[in-house]
Amino acid sequence: MDRIVPVPSRNLMPERDLYKAPVLECINLGISFGGLKAVEDFNIALGPTEISGLIGPNGAGKTTVFNLLTKVYQPTTGTILLNGKDTHAMDTAAVSRAGIARTFQNIRLFGSLTVEENITVALNRQFSYSTLSGILRTPKFRREEKAAHERALELLSIFGMESLADVKAGSLPYGAQRRLEITRALATEPKVLLLDEPAAGMNPSETAELMENIRCIRDRFQIAVLLIEHDMNLVMNICEVIGVLNFGRIIAKGTPAQIQANPAVIEAYLGKGKEGKDENDSKN
Amino acid sequence: MAFLNNLINGISLGSIYAIIALGYTMVYGIAKMLNFAHGDVIMIGSYVCFFACTSGSLPPAVGVLLAVLVCTALGVLIERLAYRPLRQAVSLAVLITAIGMSYLLQSMAQILWSPNTKGFSSILEGNFSLAGGQIVVKYITILTIAACIVIMAALTAFTEKTKMGKAMRACSEDRGAAQLMGINVDTTISITFAIGSALAAIAGVLLCSAYPSLSPTTGSLPGIKAFTAAVFGGIGSIPGAFLGGLLLGVIEVLAQAYISTELSTAIVFLVLIVVLLVRPAGILGKSVQEKV
Repeated sequence: MDRIVPVPSRNLMPERDLYKAPVLECINLGISFGGLKAVEDFNIALGPTEISGLIGPNGAGKTTVFNLLTKVYQPTTGTILLNGKDTHAMDTAAVSRAGIARTFQNIRLFGSLTVEENITVALNRQFSYSTLSGILRTPKFRREEKAAHERALELLSIFGMESLADVKAGSLPYGAQRRLEITRALATEPKVLLLDEPAAGMNPSETAELMENIRCIRDRFQIAVLLIEHDMNLVMNICEVIGVLNFGRIIAKGTPAQIQANPAVIEAYLGKGKEGKDENDSKN
Repeated sequence: MAFLNNLINGISLGSIYAIIALGYTMVYGIAKMLNFAHGDVIMIGSYVCFFACTSGSLPPAVGVLLAVLVCTALGVLIERLAYRPLRQAVSLAVLITAIGMSYLLQSMAQILWSPNTKGFSSILEGNFSLAGGQIVVKYITILTIAACIVIMAALTAFTEKTKMGKAMRACSEDRGAAQLMGINVDTTISITFAIGSALAAIAGVLLCSAYPSLSPTTGSLPGIKAFTAAVFGGIGSIPGAFLGGLLLGVIEVLAQAYISTELSTAIVFLVLIVVLLVRPAGILGKSVQEKV
């Protein structure tokens, strides 16, 4: 692989990924909306099986980073390398096909499609029959439909949701919708999974289960996970590396222990000196 | 018996509205825009079939096929040139572009084929009688109803079963999320326009076969009525377009027969207003509740 720029943060990768090429790198990534620099000088490198977290006060630009990575926004500056390949010319759909999948802070399932259809839509590119053969129901079509069905059930089994396959996604309870969104993201066969507040609205026991699931997914699919989360218990427990974002800039990077002890992080979250507790802290 | 005759004619006219309404509703559902040029694609299709059969003396089936091919290409081209560049623009800009496109097609037809009305000869002549000659049904009426049923069944199977159909439904729900699942939204919208325009061509030929006159404005009123039918049934819903089209056709023909020919169009719209007052999202439409 011919690399133009050095890996900026290799020293932060978990040991098992240390001597592997990073799956995702951001180099001086930034975006401005008018005069406002929403994200600036954003540098990270994710190991191929790393679980990292992105934390920061509300409005720090965390979701904007996800939107940049998935090309919902086109970056104003900087480079995104996915497996060493520049994603500059790719659009959202191409980035998804190249291996970045995500979930959303506010769940965005296809509510009127069934649970299984939500998965098969995401499986699409792996099955190649043409529309014509679909109408004529050729043997190839039936074979691939069967394979897609089996693959969908296999994916649904991650969260034990096989029995819900024919239920409309919109009528699932909240927790199940969150789990289905993660399953749907996995159906695109990503190399990097971006989770935007996966534990939002979950109770402590559901959150504990989710943490276990995220680790299982990483182990089973051998992918990198980058998550945004306000639940510090989850972040500190599951993430191997944490980046702290404030006003669109990374103000600290390190292991959970390093982050917890970092004065700049404490300042961003709790405010300076006598100003007292920031409302972000109590809210989340 | 006269009532039965009227009912059959109403269902036939309604079938044409339904086929046109399917194009409106699919494009609205997926591209979230009202393609007011849709009615004029119908007119272009009719002209293609007319010239193929009259001047080219080709068999009617070939004429229909040509009309379908030309309209499919035209629909995709219109989307590519006029609507796609405005994908991120406000919906009013797209609406005005669609109206402009409608007039552009009409003017082009006037220049190319003169504004004079042409006599369209039906692609299927003849009739048969039932109940000892009391009911006379034209073959084209039966063909129209059959075509509508076949199209409806095929389209339902397509959207429910095929990969592209599922991608379309995903796009119509949440375009952004669909893109993030690797679905190419541009291709999906192009295919939607292709299907809608192909259906418009078929509807155009059936319309001109039932009401045998053809001019550059032939498509506008049926287009508006089919749009009404789509709203009536619940815009964005395929069964809604079918149901709305049929009801609209039956109401129109029955109003013509029993109330007043002049007032029939007004009565159709009156029924629309009443239905929308009771069910603002249309008969089969999903009402979207805004969170407060």
